Amino acid sequence: MKLQEIIKEENLVYKRTPLMTDNVLSYCPGCGHGTAHRIVMEVIEEMGVQDDTIGIAPVGCSVLAYDFMNIDMVQAAHGRAPAVATGIKRTWPDKFVFTYQGDGDLAAIGTAETIHACNRGENITIIFINNGIYGMTGGQMAPTTIEGMKTSTSPYGRDLQLMGNPLKITELVAQLPGTYFVARHSVHNPAAVRKTKRAVQKAFQIQKERKGLAFIEIVSNCNSGWKLPPVKANQWMVENMFPFFPPGDIKVDGELVKKE
Amino acid sequence: MGELKLMKGNEAIAEAAIREGVDAYFGYPITPQSEVLEYLMAEQPEKRTGMVVLQAESELAAINMVYGAAAVGKKVLTTSSSPGISLYQEGISYIAGAELPCVIANVVRGGPGLGTIQPSQADYFQTVKGGGHGDYKLFTLAPSSVQEMADFVSLGFEIAFKYRTPVMILSDGMIGQMMEKVELKEQKPRWTDEEIKKMHDKWATIGKTPDRERNIITSLNLDSAIQEKHNHKLQAKFRKMEAEEVRYELFNTDDAEYLMVAYGSSARIAQKSIALARAKGIKVGLLRPITLFPFPEKPLADLTPQLKGILSVELSAGQMIEDVKLAVQCKVRVEHYGRFGGMIHSPEEVLTAFEQTFIGK
Repeated sequence: MKLQEIIKEENLVYKRTPLMTDNVLSYCPGCGHGTAHRIVMEVIEEMGVQDDTIGIAPVGCSVLAYDFMNIDMVQAAHGRAPAVATGIKRTWPDKFVFTYQGDGDLAAIGTAETIHACNRGENITIIFINNGIYGMTGGQMAPTTIEGMKTSTSPYGRDLQLMGNPLKITELVAQLPGTYFVARHSVHNPAAVRKTKRAVQKAFQIQKERKGLAFIEIVSNCNSGWKLPPVKANQWMVENMFPFFPPGDIKVDGELVKKE
Repeated sequence: MGELKLMKGNEAIAEAAIREGVDAYFGYPITPQSEVLEYLMAEQPEKRTGMVVLQAESELAAINMVYGAAAVGKKVLTTSSSPGISLYQEGISYIAGAELPCVIANVVRGGPGLGTIQPSQADYFQTVKGGGHGDYKLFTLAPSSVQEMADFVSLGFEIAFKYRTPVMILSDGMIGQMMEKVELKEQKPRWTDEEIKKMHDKWATIGKTPDRERNIITSLNLDSAIQEKHNHKLQAKFRKMEAEEVRYELFNTDDAEYLMVAYGSSARIAQKSIALARAKGIKVGLLRPITLFPFPEKPLADLTPQLKGILSVELSAGQMIEDVKLAVQCKVRVEHYGRFGGMIHSPEEVLTAFEQTFIGK
């Protein structure tokens, strides 16, 4: 069989969503951001709401998310994306509004905006990429850097006595009455990608039904910051980050998921 | 004639915003301007016009809610006072850089730091000379009455949308707290979503439709050549404002040998000082800048040949005086007088300072 015979519409099993632009991703090879972007854009495409969706890009590696997402987007000051989203959603409640934020943005400088938007129950979706490090600025310690993890500002490993504890902000926001759906997933293998996509679909559906705030954490990697090749970075993530940031639903239909 | 009411300056801003058809107000309580948020919450404008009012968790959140609502082409207002406005500066710089329209009012109190809750004009530098980071100018309107607190809401939005720029109403604790008669305008309808789409679809992030490219609101340009070009575009807007938007008022300047320059509450006080001086036969006039940026440089320069001296009267240690000096280019002596740190000069104190400085007694 010749190649030309295989390339036919009926044999198509995957295509890139047109909601991703043709721009070459600025992320490092192996980084989870590209997959996470694609998941969010696929969900918006499948719901047919490109015309009515506004995304908020943070400060951090995904500051240029608007170069890759083919929707109207607003770039926010560091940590302020949930406040910007509030300003949009409150004045235009029919629009779908989501923020796409990293751990430094959402869980350090933007802690107040995160907690208060969640607590008010703003009818928005928050996509939170947690790779335990400040990627954009060159690998400094983040609020989610786990104990013992080496970064450029914790070169001997995170010392809890000296540097304080990593913050489980997702578990924290799940406690607030304004959050309706809170989940943590990852994008390191196809099974995880499918779970993340289902969670993102659910999050946008909740927004459509005006049920409250949906918060999806995606535990991801940072090969450059962690100084590991992509495959090893994902292994390290599974072995070291998952015990502290376990994947799974945390709050469903406004109720905390009971642990076994 | 519109409806007449006796109102505080802060209440007048709030009521004028509802009648202007403003879409949203975001704010955080701080003395001496909390009446704005209190009035709006009590008035429930969502029932009158559909206007959104939300008390934010901080000034940082409030100004970024403004940024969000402005990004989708809505008319959005916020108010605060000096320490709160300091926290707004990051957001104002982003709003200026991203070219978004909004109106911000600063009911100034004495500083620095937590300072005092009494009136002051010590935020002139912060407002007119920058405040936030980067090369931008903040269009600044200085009301000197409760009437102007109300009127400048409409004028502010007119300028904000004409230039897609943040506009500051630089008031102070005296104008915000005092009660005066105010004539209120008729209720304007809020823009419909369709009207906003028609007017602002070129730039506002209201949803990418198949007939256009995506809109992006950002102040980021990692390519310095593009950032420089963007800065040139901003500067051209500021030059246009300087050429076309200067506003000021003159009192008794036809035969004036001396001039006081004062804005806002100081202009009200200086008017009285001038009346006292005229009664003594001293020919003093007043120039009241209404726009502080753009500053009325030309009218001031035009008056200079007839003058023996200028007194810049401000509730500060002397800030606007720098712009007065630049305008007259050392062709006439310019001095400053003002109480500060929350103290307010009396008309007599201003006259005495004027006489000691220029008449020599």
